[in-house]
Amino acid sequence: MYKITKVEQLTETIYLMDVVAPRVANKCLPGQFVIVRGSEDGERIPLTICDYSREDGTITIVFQVVGAATEMMKNKKVGDSFADFVGPLGCPSEFCKEDIEELKKKKILFVAGGVGTAPVYPQVKWLHEHGIDADVIVGGRNKSLIILEDKMKKVAGNLYITTDDGSYGSKGVVTNEIQKLVDAGNKYDVCVAIGPMIMMKFVCKLTKELEIPTVVSLNPIMVDGTGMCGACRVTVGGEVKFACVDGPEFDGHKVNFEEAMQRQQLYKTAEGRAFLAAKEGDTHHGGCGNCGGDK
Amino acid sequence: MAIEVDVWKRVPVREQEPQVRAKNFEEVCYGYNEEEAMAEASRCIGCKNAPCMNGCPVSINIPGFIAQVKEGNFAEAFKIISESSALPAVCGRVCPQETQCEQKCIRGIKGEAISIGKLERFVADWARENGIKPEPAKEMNGHKVAVIGSGPSGVTAAGDLAKMGYDVTIFEALHQPGGVLVYGIPEFRLPKEKVVAKEIENIKSLGVKIETNVVVGKSVTIDSLLEDEGFDAVFIGSGAGLPKFMGIPGENANGVFSANEYLTRSNLMKAFDENSNTPIMRGKKVAVVGGGNVAMDAARTALRLGAETHIVYRRSEEELPARVEEVHHAKEEGIIFDLLTNPTEILEDENGWVCGMKCVKMELGEPDASGRRRPVEIPDSEFTMDVDTVIMSLGTSPNPLISSTTEGLETNKWKCIIAEESNGQTTKEGVYAGGDAVTGAATVILAMEAGRAGAKGIDEYIKNNK
Repeated sequence: MYKITKVEQLTETIYLMDVVAPRVANKCLPGQFVIVRGSEDGERIPLTICDYSREDGTITIVFQVVGAATEMMKNKKVGDSFADFVGPLGCPSEFCKEDIEELKKKKILFVAGGVGTAPVYPQVKWLHEHGIDADVIVGGRNKSLIILEDKMKKVAGNLYITTDDGSYGSKGVVTNEIQKLVDAGNKYDVCVAIGPMIMMKFVCKLTKELEIPTVVSLNPIMVDGTGMCGACRVTVGGEVKFACVDGPEFDGHKVNFEEAMQRQQLYKTAEGRAFLAAKEGDTHHGGCGNCGGDK
Repeated sequence: MAIEVDVWKRVPVREQEPQVRAKNFEEVCYGYNEEEAMAEASRCIGCKNAPCMNGCPVSINIPGFIAQVKEGNFAEAFKIISESSALPAVCGRVCPQETQCEQKCIRGIKGEAISIGKLERFVADWARENGIKPEPAKEMNGHKVAVIGSGPSGVTAAGDLAKMGYDVTIFEALHQPGGVLVYGIPEFRLPKEKVVAKEIENIKSLGVKIETNVVVGKSVTIDSLLEDEGFDAVFIGSGAGLPKFMGIPGENANGVFSANEYLTRSNLMKAFDENSNTPIMRGKKVAVVGGGNVAMDAARTALRLGAETHIVYRRSEEELPARVEEVHHAKEEGIIFDLLTNPTEILEDENGWVCGMKCVKMELGEPDASGRRRPVEIPDSEFTMDVDTVIMSLGTSPNPLISSTTEGLETNKWKCIIAEESNGQTTKEGVYAGGDAVTGAATVILAMEAGRAGAKGIDEYIKNNK
């Protein structure tokens, strides 16, 4: 069992937890992820690593409540445990392997959308610890969906916040902000975009025009996370890749986003039913189409 | 009433009716009861030279244990099997006995071979039901060995080493031990709680520790196990987990799965159970591409989930690599075999869901390198199958996670770890390997044989070097 040492509700639907997992904390690097199971009969769900402490042997995870498994996970308290917590999975971000002096010459722009801010944070922090300050755009639909602002401020070079409705930061979507920065004369060598698939797609469309190489982090459906099931296959530059072992980060200009978005729909109906049942708990009496309680 | 024994004929084994079992996940075969087992055992003539033993990869003393069954000494029979096999309840169910021990049986020349597999299963089940466990080592020798993977080869190596007095820890990537026995082989062929979990318990009762959720190559490396965690040697039994796809258009459409994914969802994650949190696609019409045991497992799973299910295989029935018993069971249950048929494209609707599969008809031509007649496309034979789910079961290859993160550990062109057959020794000192990670996808019993050889190799290495 993997003990929880901290729980923080970041927004109405986004939660942060610190979990004791020494093997993962000892090895993980920015860009990698974990797979957790909330309970003995729970689903395996992949989550991004938001932060880690090698000293304390803990991993910080951030998740949004989107289905039955996360609905149950959000009720966990300090002292509770995860049944399973495996990782670090996937490959670390490309820059972890690069020569630091070479890396210092590069200007990097991070674009984070919603809960995608969580996996961006350890990358920006790692760069900051190595003497590199990157620019970061954090976007959300409205103010209440902007997370980790204070933490990010401490490690980012410049931090730009955007909200679709203008309730906080600049009004607009992240691509407006990228365009603004470039128009203002900023030259970026690399862009890293992590967020909803649709956001990454549009960021890539723009950065392709602007000729900024762009890395995206994909979170497709997965079961084992070790290359065994092939559920996470994505097409990158015409080749089929497994996001769990070949990624999760890929060249965004080569990713087939249409296919990736389509594949995310695979279990939407089943997930929706399970979510309803989990959310309503004992009071659940039909409507899910599953239990027959409404018949 | 006593069972009348015809020495030329097997005592029949009771099975669930095909029409009934096609709708549930309960075990197909009920196995022998005491009386039936004793009757079947009485057919064995106890050959002195025991050709059956030569047919067994782990050389179980077959006439020895059968003689004990004949007398009703089931505990003694279990002891004899346990000397050679760590997983008798599993092997009694999934070993291809018809091409191994039973094929060599003298009784089989004129009549039907002794049901060695069913007798092994009976003994193992009897021992479990009567709480008999294998005995742990009397003394520990103070040496630590790490075993990677808790499938057939890993568990066998771990069990053997523990009996020799080693302090053994198994590292398992998934959340539950058992490897392919848990994620691959379905419940109706190998019950998980009743059989697999109990066999794993037996291994633990020998003193073996199991740490789940450790992906070697990611969570920890072989080098750090040897250098930082104090292990004297490592046995790699990580299996062949990487699924193959055909590389035809439409393979990433929604509704195309690897057999690995489909079976893992159903077996490991229990998605067949409506109460499971893990979803599985319950198709109306399913095509399983491939003809091996895994293809049969996937097809029979899809059938039980309510689908009209087809096996699509490019050669003829004779070449089906699956066990005869599996093909027989699949047919009985209503699986449709579309033989000499090869998919060329998967069709998708406007939303990316599978809505059909284009295939061509094949015929058998000249024999190829494998000695089997090569399937050749029949011109203008293209047709479309109406399916909503396609399961690719084309074999698996070893996962490169370990080999790519371990310096000095060499692999061949199929990404299989290079290891000596006799003792599992790899190209890296102190590192041994066996099972599908070395051979590519094979059988449970061959993996167990390799696990046993690896344990012997490690014992010799540690005695000589540590």
